[in-house]
Amino acid sequence: MTEQPAIRVKGLRKRFNRLEVLKGIDLEARPGDVVAVIGGSGSGKSTMLRCINLLEIPSAGTISIQGEAYAMRETRQGLQPADRRQVQRIRAQLGMVFQSFNLWPHRTVLGNVTEVPVHVLGVPRDEAEARAREVLDRVGLGAKLDAWPAQLSGGQQQRAAIARVLAVDPLAMLFDEPTSALDPELVGEVLSVIRDLAQEKRTMILVTHEMAFARDVATHVVFLREGRIEEQGPPDQIFGAPKSPHLQQFISSVA
Amino acid sequence: MFDAIDLSLLALDAPGWGGALLKGFLRSVELAVGGYALGIVIGICGALAKLNGGRVIRDLAEVYTMIIRAVPELVLMLLFYYVGTDLANRGMQALGYSGFDIDGLTAGILVIGLVQGGYATEVLRGAIKAIPRGQIEAAQAFGMSPFKVLTRVTLPAMTPHALPGMANLWMIATKDTALLAVIGFSELTLATRQAAAATREYFLFFFAAGALYLTLTLVSNAGLRWFEKRARRGLTAAS
Ligand SMILES: Nc1ncnc2c1ncn2[C@@H]1O[C@H](COP(=O)(O)OP(=O)(O)OP(=O)(O)O)[C@@H](O)[C@H]1O
Ligand SMILES: [Mg+2]
Repeated sequence: MTEQPAIRVKGLRKRFNRLEVLKGIDLEARPGDVVAVIGGSGSGKSTMLRCINLLEIPSAGTISIQGEAYAMRETRQGLQPADRRQVQRIRAQLGMVFQSFNLWPHRTVLGNVTEVPVHVLGVPRDEAEARAREVLDRVGLGAKLDAWPAQLSGGQQQRAAIARVLAVDPLAMLFDEPTSALDPELVGEVLSVIRDLAQEKRTMILVTHEMAFARDVATHVVFLREGRIEEQGPPDQIFGAPKSPHLQQFISSVA
Repeated sequence: MFDAIDLSLLALDAPGWGGALLKGFLRSVELAVGGYALGIVIGICGALAKLNGGRVIRDLAEVYTMIIRAVPELVLMLLFYYVGTDLANRGMQALGYSGFDIDGLTAGILVIGLVQGGYATEVLRGAIKAIPRGQIEAAQAFGMSPFKVLTRVTLPAMTPHALPGMANLWMIATKDTALLAVIGFSELTLATRQAAAATREYFLFFFAAGALYLTLTLVSNAGLRWFEKRARRGLTAAS
């Protein structure tokens, strides 16, 4: 028996009114996979990622996490989640890191990191705090526990956001251009944290414009164009010997 | 007329009127606190209805805030008070509770709360809209239930944006209590009028009442400033 994929996307379509943004996506991430998603602006990368934790509701297709598909039902407005509790339960196993960090500004760094363990997962506070200290140490913020998000640099905020995800020990992590909002000199510190996570075989799907980084850490690269997967494969093949002319052009344009 | 102000008229015990004034003052504070709290609850519901409700709910909230803002407060209060108590009494009688009478304090709080709720809806709606969408999405992405998102993220995150407007509403609430004197509610203004009429010392008693209202304002200003500072901790930390 083959290993159960951590994330499996089948026939995913998404339309915003008239505009069909995803036109049938099939994607799998097995445990330990680092799937890098690349593609031009507007190709649907964020939308695809957001469908995986149902921040966007797919128009068609199925998404399963660890073999469990979201229960959906037909309504006049299209597909809708049928079981809110199931959605919440699955979401709690997927950690998302956003381009704009999205820390909660009214909580300290420690408060941000303990929030979900304490208030969603029901972990006792002292246990959650011990774990928070551990993950904040790992991302190099052990000295910033009591800082407010607004007091941190962008790179520190993003590392805190990664710690917030690590604190729930997710089944898989979803990154949506985690370094795109950062000043160039701060990109490295965030990438190096993500690289560590990749090396310890955390399952992740990583939307990124950092091609060298994707080539370096990914186990699998997906090139999205106009809502379809135009080409995919191991990084050396995608970056070293791209077949599709669009991919060739894309790589030379961003290199 | 200023030469013989008899301060003993302010004594707490009869024949002094100080006790009656203080009692009226406490009544006013009770009304203001109760009405304000109710206004916040209605405001949160109204704001959520306007932001997330379906068409019907949204329209209902729209009509409610429009009426509250368009009609003079005194008229609203008379309307809510007389029509409201009448409806409540009839309703209770229909359910078989005869002789039911809604008590004055409850009625007053309901009346002030309904007016406050209309304004609070607008203040809170604006404050919630000022929260960057991503902060709420992050909460959802971690599997928070809608209620948890509301109490753990939306409400605390909007508080700094809401505070200036809500502080304003508190001031209005304290002053609106005086309007209830018209319906015979013995809060500070009515107590003052009675004392003044009985003794003909208008200046003394209205001056005393003014001082009480002013004290309330000053004390609550200090409290609100403390609260605002606390709520803005994370936002002002950077500077
Ligand atoms: N909520 C929405 N409503 C309408 N259209 C949307 C919405 N979200 C995204 N789109 C459209 O869907 C298309 C794909 O957007 P998406 O954000 O997924 O692209 P992307 O690949 O992440 O691009 P980028 O690299 O710029 O982040 C775009 O044309 C965008 O305008
Ligand atoms: Mg995007």
